[in-house]
Amino acid sequence: MEPEDPGVPAEGGMDAPEQEAGLDSTEMRTDEPNSVLDEQRESSPIPNNGPLGTEDGKADVQEELSETHEEISDKDLSDSASTDNTLEDSSEFSRPMVMADGSPGQEPVATQPRPITHRDEDVMAESWREHRKHVFVLSEAGKPIYSRYGNEEALSSTMGVMMALVSFIQSGDNSIRSIYSDDRKLVFVQQGPLVLVSVSQTLQTEQQLRQELLYVYHQIISMLTQASITRIFERKKNYDLRRLLTGSEKILDRLLNLVESDPCFLLSAVRCLPLPASLRDSLGSLLQKAITPNLVFSILVAQSQLVTTVQEKAVIEDCRLEPTDLHLLLNLIGATSAFQTGEIWTPICLPRFNPDCYFYAYISYLDADCTVCLILLSTDKESFYSVSDCKKRIEEGMRTQNYLQALSSGLKNPSYSVGLVGVPDLRHFMYKPLDIPDNYRQLPQFTSPELEGPYCSEHERHRLFDLYHYLHGRIHSASRPLRLIYHVAEKETLLAWVTSKFELYTCFSPLVTKAGAINVLTKLLRWIKKEEDRLFIRYPPKYSTTPNPGKGGKGARTDGAENGFFGGL
Amino acid sequence: MTQRRVQNMEVTTCLDAHSSKDSYVFKIVLLGSSSVGKSSLAYRYVKKDFRDSLPTVGCSFFTQTLRLDNSTIKLEIWDTAGQEKYHSVCHLYYRGANAAILVYDITKKESLEKAKVWLRELEKEFLQDEIIIVLVGNKVDLSPEREVTLQEAEDFANTKSMLYMETSAKTNHQVTELFTALAHELLKQRQQKEKSLHATHRKKSSIDLQESTFNSIKCCQK
Repeated sequence: MEPEDPGVPAEGGMDAPEQEAGLDSTEMRTDEPNSVLDEQRESSPIPNNGPLGTEDGKADVQEELSETHEEISDKDLSDSASTDNTLEDSSEFSRPMVMADGSPGQEPVATQPRPITHRDEDVMAESWREHRKHVFVLSEAGKPIYSRYGNEEALSSTMGVMMALVSFIQSGDNSIRSIYSDDRKLVFVQQGPLVLVSVSQTLQTEQQLRQELLYVYHQIISMLTQASITRIFERKKNYDLRRLLTGSEKILDRLLNLVESDPCFLLSAVRCLPLPASLRDSLGSLLQKAITPNLVFSILVAQSQLVTTVQEKAVIEDCRLEPTDLHLLLNLIGATSAFQTGEIWTPICLPRFNPDCYFYAYISYLDADCTVCLILLSTDKESFYSVSDCKKRIEEGMRTQNYLQALSSGLKNPSYSVGLVGVPDLRHFMYKPLDIPDNYRQLPQFTSPELEGPYCSEHERHRLFDLYHYLHGRIHSASRPLRLIYHVAEKETLLAWVTSKFELYTCFSPLVTKAGAINVLTKLLRWIKKEEDRLFIRYPPKYSTTPNPGKGGKGARTDGAENGFFGGL
Repeated sequence: MTQRRVQNMEVTTCLDAHSSKDSYVFKIVLLGSSSVGKSSLAYRYVKKDFRDSLPTVGCSFFTQTLRLDNSTIKLEIWDTAGQEKYHSVCHLYYRGANAAILVYDITKKESLEKAKVWLRELEKEFLQDEIIIVLVGNKVDLSPEREVTLQEAEDFANTKSMLYMETSAKTNHQVTELFTALAHELLKQRQQKEKSLHATHRKKSSIDLQESTFNSIKCCQK
């Protein structure tokens, strides 16, 4: 699938052996919370003479003062920023109402009914402890970077304890992976200089929680790149990364809400907007025509669902767009209302494609309601005007052919009702085909009807996804994977089935029998087969922008690598 | 570097002058620390509306065309992100700008300090007469919470020969005026430059001709 993708060190590369080692020996499973406390008490002094030590800090300041002069221009800004850094942060935090209000056009699931932002929460309160899932990000020096709930500042001692646990295990040449208590799982992921911790009461497996933490890590990378984060912390161990992430908390918050409620993250697949194949093809060829040198991906999205995507030929030969990258990109777009005003031109990293370099993303909405969004990714930072011109051509083409109208009629019902399948016992399903032609070059896709019936409230939706997570965990269990599970839950019956051709999760009413469920499955599979041209992108369009074949995908990527321009930080 | 830019500008000026006498394109960049209202100003001016917005990612590009003194002026407005993570890419956006709007929040003293840092950046990048800089104190609707006095900002703007204005994107106070005034200033400057350019051009070309003929004659004689 990704044999020659150099941009995927996150999972496949260096960390894998370490994690495996951890699996064998250091898994801190415990049933008694007391022993956890003991661990904490034992190891808490460690950070004081370790990375948190003040001597280190002083040395680093000096180091920073004697920076090389080519970075002076950036330094100037950073230095001045550091003086008012706290003020700026606090202002960011004290503006929650504004930030929470201005987020139209998001999935309804993403917003929670709490009126004030999570950052104002009292971290000593019982309600804070009772959150279903906490996520923390900290630096190796134990500095807080992000907390899903509550202000990181107030949590610095908690994060200190987390770092103590990490470094305590590390001092024994090992790495901590997880701690199990009666009702919570604590999962640790270390990625370069960042430590990510999930504290969860959900039914998710350790592997799934780890995956979520990696999404968070990759989202941070998508804004800063791995190379610049590494460089920053090499230079200054106790750097406060929040300085660079100011204003981005919202993006991470949104991501964590989506991860819990949108199956695309669980399935690592993209949801396509159901469309007649002919319309999708015409839109694809429209994108294909509007190209310019160094443009590598053209992506058309409607309400966070993929309409079509076109890739530069030379690029897909050795690489493809990863669903993770697209999810993170769409999350970033969804979390920024500014995208709905002008044409956006921004550096962005696709962490799974290449975690160390930037693409330049051109983002613009094509309709007044800001539902149809065009994303053009270029490797040339100077190409704004030529890429913007591509958009004009696409816009013009869509107008003359009336595609926009055709699209928006498809958008009136952005998803479809499970009733279309025509079997009464079926409440919901998620289907991910594994036999798409040209599969290894394609974005993995899935389809799923909208949630109806009993799953209207957030609580019920969480319950259903908990069950899906549970089934997914069993199917993909490392030690004992299953192919078929028939699971009778309290309020519904679920069936999960994996073959070489598809991965399918279904939810039935509780009264269904095993034979009845199998019967429904047959009907469902027949329906999907009939609809597959509408539900999925079957044959992705390709093109070649390169008149001179010498400059292929590889060349394009080297270009990108040279643009690692957060150098001054 | 600077020299090249000046040359470029001359070229475009010539083109403008030759192709369409009274239509101009000016690039304006909005700079300032985060949440001072850069996007809101741009949004208010272009879309005539206000709403609470989320932090900008990278840069947002708008165009607005207006007519001034029988000239058509297209303003290309680059609304940059105030977040620190984008600072190192900002040169991408302000390069080649004809005007910069330095925005600060009148209720936050430190945002003015940040604007001063941006000014130093611009001074490094541009020659004095290459760019018109406007200092803008936004959020005058919150004047009870004011931390930066009108006098203080005005004095600062004067010492740095910047234009100065106070606005409110929320209540639509002086926003259109700001951009119109800037367009006026840009137009005035451009027309002056054009004039002097034409003058020097004519003078220079005639001298050149003479010189070259003179030289060639000399050459031939040798």
